[in-house]
Amino acid sequence: MNLTLRVWRQKSSRDRGRFVTYKTKDVSPDMSFLEMLDSVNEELILKGEDPIAFDHDCREGICGMCGLMINGVAHGPEQTTTCQLHMRSFKYVDTIVIEPWRSKAFPVIKDLVVDRSAFDRIIQAGGYISVSTGGVPDANAILVPKQNADMAMDGAACIGCGACVAACPNGSAMLFTAAKLGHLNLLPQGQPERYDRTIHMVERMDEEGFGGCTNIGECSAVCPKEISLDFIARMNGDLIKASFITGNGSTSSSDG
Amino acid sequence: MATDTRPKTDIRPITEYANANLESRVPSGPIEQRWDKHRFDMKLVNPANKRKYTIIVVGTGLAGGSAAATLAELGYNVLAFCYQDSPRRAHSIAAQGGINAAKNYQNDGDSIFRLFYDTVKGGDFRSRESNVYRLAQVSVNIIDQCVAQGVPFAREYGGMLANRSFGGAQVSRTFYARGQTGQQLLLGAYQALERQIAAGKVKMFPRTEMLDLIVINGRARGIVTRNMVTGKIESHVADAVVLGTGGYGNVFYLSTNAKGCNTTAIWRAYRRGAFFGNPCFTQIHPTCIPVTGDHQSKLTLMSESLRNDGRIWVPRTPGDKRPPSHIPESERDYYLEERYPSFGNLVPRDVASRSTKQVCDEGRGVGPGGLGVYLDFSDAIKRLGVNIIRERYGNLFDMYERITDENPYKEPMRIYPAIHYTMGGLWVDYNLMSTIPGLFVIGEANFSDHGANRLGASALMQGLADGYFILPYTIGDYLAQTKLDKVGTDHPVCQEVEAEVTEQIKRLLSIDGKRTVDSFHKELGKIMWDKCGMSRNAEGLTYALQRIPEIRAEFWENVRVLGENEEFNQSLEKAGRVADFMELAELMCIDALHRSESCGGHFREESQTPEGEALRDDENFSYVAAWQFNGLGNKPILNKEPLEFEYVHPSQRSYK
Repeated sequence: MNLTLRVWRQKSSRDRGRFVTYKTKDVSPDMSFLEMLDSVNEELILKGEDPIAFDHDCREGICGMCGLMINGVAHGPEQTTTCQLHMRSFKYVDTIVIEPWRSKAFPVIKDLVVDRSAFDRIIQAGGYISVSTGGVPDANAILVPKQNADMAMDGAACIGCGACVAACPNGSAMLFTAAKLGHLNLLPQGQPERYDRTIHMVERMDEEGFGGCTNIGECSAVCPKEISLDFIARMNGDLIKASFITGNGSTSSSDG
Repeated sequence: MATDTRPKTDIRPITEYANANLESRVPSGPIEQRWDKHRFDMKLVNPANKRKYTIIVVGTGLAGGSAAATLAELGYNVLAFCYQDSPRRAHSIAAQGGINAAKNYQNDGDSIFRLFYDTVKGGDFRSRESNVYRLAQVSVNIIDQCVAQGVPFAREYGGMLANRSFGGAQVSRTFYARGQTGQQLLLGAYQALERQIAAGKVKMFPRTEMLDLIVINGRARGIVTRNMVTGKIESHVADAVVLGTGGYGNVFYLSTNAKGCNTTAIWRAYRRGAFFGNPCFTQIHPTCIPVTGDHQSKLTLMSESLRNDGRIWVPRTPGDKRPPSHIPESERDYYLEERYPSFGNLVPRDVASRSTKQVCDEGRGVGPGGLGVYLDFSDAIKRLGVNIIRERYGNLFDMYERITDENPYKEPMRIYPAIHYTMGGLWVDYNLMSTIPGLFVIGEANFSDHGANRLGASALMQGLADGYFILPYTIGDYLAQTKLDKVGTDHPVCQEVEAEVTEQIKRLLSIDGKRTVDSFHKELGKIMWDKCGMSRNAEGLTYALQRIPEIRAEFWENVRVLGENEEFNQSLEKAGRVADFMELAELMCIDALHRSESCGGHFREESQTPEGEALRDDENFSYVAAWQFNGLGNKPILNKEPLEFEYVHPSQRSYK
């Protein structure tokens, strides 16, 4: 396969950035998308040009480190992570436009690499169960209905890649936040902190500069783990209850 | 080795503080009481004094993440470092199968002693009994802890935890969360860590790579790091340093490890005086997706549960290129079933991998390059129906199809073994402390619990045991009985180490040769895989020991690393890691050559039974080989920790 790539190049967060065109030859359909970029980079280095920076690590679809906007779609044409996308998906395409995640809350570090630390700060606001090591009951002393455990797992499957934010026209992090809230709030262990957790995580999400949700659903459509919009509905339900229970109305603009 | 052109720096000698006679510090008494007794004997740090101590934790996977969170909960100040953009991404996340614990929830006869026994035997009698027993003991606490944190383990309809049997174990002791157990356990530790970051007890440094260790007066007192965004080189000092930086499987270039996994932290510690235990013990996983071409950047593992229903075979005739459906039953060789009638396709990982290599070496491999064998589900589909197979393995079949573009419901999968885990690592005593006082090593980075072969679902168990339940006690004992001088980052040793690190980076950037870092890494990996991979012999290892220094010398003359230090520079990051892999590779071959027996994952062709099985030599090799750095270009010094087996008596493993 011979392809034309238009790749976003930006030296640092202070640089303006621009698209640069590269021609690639002899791309094998069995290559993963990232292996195709590897081969472009090998050539660039031999020519003395700065290789394209992009984030990646496990290359098996679970660490959440990789993430590119490919022809305008987060993670490209298949609903999977960028590392699990293969070049055979581009048989009928001759130009591929590659951009970083674009969101106010995810500033570009270099080329296709962005800073997603805002996600960590949302977790710091309450995305945990406050239990220290030791002094916990026997594991089977806490019974969890299978249905709840399965649903909690659906939310917990989030890999924190940020595709939901990148795909959302509002740059909202509702799906990410709701998935973690859904995971913890569905479990008996998560009940004591349920409403405080909800308020604090949503507040932090707003403070980090993520937009509000207008029920478009792009987030779920690109989510490699197929996390459902239902989690956002569940979160909004908890948010409303929380404002009564804690007497601490949310200042959120998250009007899902 | 004389060809090495790496700048020679002064390595401070091991001082009188070092544990040079390899004292394992295992407590005495009956094995089931040793850990309790030891916990009582250890000195405690007064709760009000804990906040006066600072501990550095490098790596935030299951071991590092759980240790950092637990130490902070106890009141210590923690500085935590990871090379990823967030601690949630450490490669522990990729573990699929599950985590073992001796809960005996299924009432099928499991016990702490049975888990201990299985692990010592599975490790082919090359691990330390007391450590393994302790691991089995705390395994039950791990499950309690993780459930309390909200880890969504699989459940039965009554709300109880579900278990499965895994990796040929005869009891169901494996806890799991779909095929994402590692992810869920890591997120549990990550969330505990984020809670401590929010509380101000942990200062987190993501996208920061440890490039060297600071040893002052014979004790580990800090690290030198590079900020991967700005390039800033700086020192961090503390009262103790903990490495939880994972394994070194990427020395082979192609492995199931994440691309960023590297040996730099433990290798730098080795060069500063920490002994390296059993570096040649590496594990090969039999069910990975085969290589498709030179572009391949990593290998993908398919859960070993596939062997429960899939049948492994190759054509009987070498060079048979017919499609699998055209090869009649009589011309197929179901080699595992034939050789090992009682275990069949479920023989342990090392046995399955070696048999696969053998049939491929005979020219009977399938697929591109002949490096693959069939894993065939057609009988299982006939027997159980396609729906049951889809229910059991649907996600794995989808993953396989996405990567290979072949439909495993219609044609057999192709699989080939790949490097998966490294049992070797820095030598540690019972307290998980290395031979450098104040330097603790946990998880895959240490050598300790798995001997020469790790059992399935035991890596997660060991990482969390070390981080949640062992290190937090033993590090307190060290701090309580050690008088440490105050040191700051302006200490001359910090300045010196920073200067050495900066010098190496400058040198890498100034070579401006003709080859990329990856091309060197691939060349090194190929030699390691061919000569120090699934099976090894003296001739091949001797050849590797001659070639590796030559490649290393060329690397230092001909590598091309563009750009500068003061920027986000991925080529520079890789170059530093590959430079260290080049040195480690040599140590692995030296160790593999010296250990002329076969054991577990280490198969020396010279030492096999008439049937071609691994033949151990307990008389001469029942010890941990702990290698001591002796200056670059000099042969490392071999120290031996003898292994004693009081409770599980060494026997030849047989799976016939």
